[in-house]
Amino acid sequence: MSKKALQLKVGELKTDIALVKDLEISVGRIYEETWSEKIGPTPFPSVVDLREWDLKLLQRYQPFYMPFCDLCCLCTMGKCDLTKQKRGACGLDIAGQQSRIVLIAACIGASTHTAHARHLVDHLIGKYGRDHPVNMGQNVEVEAPIIRTVCGIRPKALGDLEDVLDYAESQITQLLAATHTGQEESNIDFESKVLHAGMIDHVALEVADIAQVSAMDFPRAEPDAPLAEIGFGAVDISKPTILVVGHNVLPAGAIMDYIDDQKLYGQIEVAGICCTAHDVTRYNPKAKIVGPLSWQLRFIRSGLPDLIVLDEQCIRTDTLVEAQKIKAPVIVTSDKNCAGLANRTADDIEEIVADLVSGKIPGVLILNPEKAGEVAVRTAREVAPKRSKFKTIPNEGEIAAIAKKCSGCGECRRACPNDLLIPEGIAQAAKGNTALLSELLNDCIGCARCESACPNGIPVHSLIVSAAGKSLSQERYRIRVGRGGIQDVEIRNVGSPIVLGEIPGVVAFVGCSNYPHGGREVAEMAEEFVKRRFIVTSSGCAAMSIAMHMNDEGKNIYESYPGAFDAGCFSNVGSCVANSHIAGAAIKIASIFAKRSLRGNYEEVADYVLNRVGAVGVAWGAMSQKAAAIASGCWRLGVPVVVGPHGMKYRRMLLGRKDRENDWYVYDARTGDKTYVGPAPEHLFYAAETKEEAMVMIAKLCMRPNDTSKGRAIKLTHYVDLHKRLFGTVPDDIHLFVRRATDIPITMKDEIEKILAQKGWKERNIPDPTLLPRLIRRRKE
Amino acid sequence: MMSQPEPWQKAETPGPMKALVISKPEVVVGMIKNAKRPLLIVGPESAEREISGEKEIDQLIRIAKAGKIPIVATSRAVIDFVRRNYGPVSWMPAVDIANRLRDAEWTGVKGEGQHDLAIFAGMQYYVEWLLLSGLKHFGGKLRTVSLDRFYQPHANWSFPNLGEEEWQQNLRVIQNGLGRVL
Repeated sequence: MSKKALQLKVGELKTDIALVKDLEISVGRIYEETWSEKIGPTPFPSVVDLREWDLKLLQRYQPFYMPFCDLCCLCTMGKCDLTKQKRGACGLDIAGQQSRIVLIAACIGASTHTAHARHLVDHLIGKYGRDHPVNMGQNVEVEAPIIRTVCGIRPKALGDLEDVLDYAESQITQLLAATHTGQEESNIDFESKVLHAGMIDHVALEVADIAQVSAMDFPRAEPDAPLAEIGFGAVDISKPTILVVGHNVLPAGAIMDYIDDQKLYGQIEVAGICCTAHDVTRYNPKAKIVGPLSWQLRFIRSGLPDLIVLDEQCIRTDTLVEAQKIKAPVIVTSDKNCAGLANRTADDIEEIVADLVSGKIPGVLILNPEKAGEVAVRTAREVAPKRSKFKTIPNEGEIAAIAKKCSGCGECRRACPNDLLIPEGIAQAAKGNTALLSELLNDCIGCARCESACPNGIPVHSLIVSAAGKSLSQERYRIRVGRGGIQDVEIRNVGSPIVLGEIPGVVAFVGCSNYPHGGREVAEMAEEFVKRRFIVTSSGCAAMSIAMHMNDEGKNIYESYPGAFDAGCFSNVGSCVANSHIAGAAIKIASIFAKRSLRGNYEEVADYVLNRVGAVGVAWGAMSQKAAAIASGCWRLGVPVVVGPHGMKYRRMLLGRKDRENDWYVYDARTGDKTYVGPAPEHLFYAAETKEEAMVMIAKLCMRPNDTSKGRAIKLTHYVDLHKRLFGTVPDDIHLFVRRATDIPITMKDEIEKILAQKGWKERNIPDPTLLPRLIRRRKE
Repeated sequence: MMSQPEPWQKAETPGPMKALVISKPEVVVGMIKNAKRPLLIVGPESAEREISGEKEIDQLIRIAKAGKIPIVATSRAVIDFVRRNYGPVSWMPAVDIANRLRDAEWTGVKGEGQHDLAIFAGMQYYVEWLLLSGLKHFGGKLRTVSLDRFYQPHANWSFPNLGEEEWQQNLRVIQNGLGRVL
């Protein structure tokens, strides 16, 4: 690493007054001398060190707020009515309040990832030692692009990651403090802090994945990572089944270790939901994946798990209640969710297993992953024969009788986030036709608000799951387990065509499963862009949803395309924390291809990415505060993010205005001239109403000022083609993206030239673009 | 359906400022006639929803024609206008049109000046809810109306939650009030 504590280790020290053994002293920090990269201007940046960069972004991409509530209710002087530009008792207005809430969300997300990373690092250091080397793969020399760029250090061993986490924790504390009543007053400065929180979040993501890849032997930047099974039907329910849910792999990994030690493979199933499922299959692909986070209720109520192990993040907080209904014990393993259960970490394993098997207690808190692993396996094996897969989902034959209790009030539909036609489905089911009810599961996010709303106590979600039971049991697909990082050699191969625009873009489908119309839309979008020879990558629940849909050839995307980071390929990097490799890939292009220094040089790298790397993040079902934090990190790095319609509930977009010419000037680094480059990329945070709109926007947001004419022509081909196919028209803003006649796609020449003539278009220069005056190589006199 | 001024999605309660209920559709006719530069913003759901065997988008086109109101189609709604060979339509993402409507200096879809009345229809309930919230707080003098079937509390004016027939009848009254469409 480049910046670390000065450490003095003495094996044995004899003095006049004492004999000291194994003395270790750490003093301050020193910069590593062996790293040839010059230290940049902002190693370990404070909250305000990158503010000038943020203000540049926020001037171009201004916030558009859509308040979720007219009020502020955060202090006892309120509630305060903030309508009609009124200010609250503290002086804050509605714009300030919205940006403050956005910052709180970003801090929640960043702190969650940081706490996750801290737990992993502490545990793995305890197991393998501080000196356990960072190893991200044979072809990966730039092992930690985000940490290098933000912190200015190169982590060599697990112990180095502690310094990084110290920094992240201090920054989150500073940021959260700014949200207290009577602190920050400017919405734009709140937004700058949001961007800082996002950048810190990316640092934490990278720490977490480096730690687990290095110490737990996950695939190391492997395009050909093994395939694992995914889907309801992939789980062999004739065996005792352990369900693991959450994001922190340690307990699930310990379960696999215990099974391995006891030679129990083939006798017990371990199936995961959400990112723990990704990471346990990275650890051992014999584990299986049930599906994304919205699969929790349907799987539990179907009675398939004999024991449930929860770790942290995105777990349903009624799991204990649901588990009790199917007579399955629960082990909670994280201090983030103790679930009101007794802490049995220090107890004898025999006693814990006996208590769980007898049903004396519904669950336990065990904070030692290894102990949790052993208890889980032993308990599941004993509980399984007693439970006989007891379920709460009614049999298909019972649906009609239950549905007849419906009074047709429509409250279920009014509670449904996707406004599904539940009353109609229930009414038809009452008459014996369950087809519509069954179809609803395709668009259902599994929240069960319909049940909470039903005045007649109808288990609406369970009825839907029952109706779709046959198709659920047939869910069985394959998914390539998370590959981890991107190899330096892959970056070398694609760096030039990406920056010149000849690979039309990098599209990352990431995030949660709060989809407006089910996961199939994400799969369709992903395959469209793979076919168009974009570089397409994925992570998290999106990577799972994409696996669960077959194309016309009866194959899913993992079976149809290679897993490389290359044009026309589709990769899964892994869990939420593996998103760091996607942002990291953009940074590595600046480093490996363009030889830009990363070391503490965030602003220059972000300027490079914004102006040259045509990357877009798509979080079609983004739901969580963590997703908000990840997106915020992308924005500061210059990567636009597209969300689905539910993403509007993040209550703030960052939108460019293509009609304002002055917003789209950059410096030509060769001359210092200010040059109009058109709205590329047009937005930083954008919500699309439909899949079709998202696809058109993704293609458009891949355009960058640095594109060569050949590259721009390729990108325009995709933009115009998708616009025509999905909207039925040629885009009316094409003149803003054609800089020179050579940018015009040959196959669309006549059509586009006609439009350009109508718009009074004139040729313009293609600059060496930058927003940073300090990067101008020759100033104009 | 009960006609009552409460949000369709029950948890979507806004705060102290809620839309006035359009109890008589003639009120909308008056607002459109009195507006200098009204704008009809039509979302993609308009081509999915049916009113007595007819798509919502067809009703909206007749209203636009009768009132000579320019239309902005959002998202994929544009292709449904193209399929109907209805020409005078701008396409703009929903977040973009809302973002422009809050800008006093924007010169409108025709370059003649900012719009003073924005009429929304054909969007997902929560999408419209959020866009209208943005305009309620940041839209300045702009007035907003929702023509959708369910109560939109962030508009200035909205129908209450209506049954299909009543909704269709209201849209027809608005269309007839604005003039005859050949």
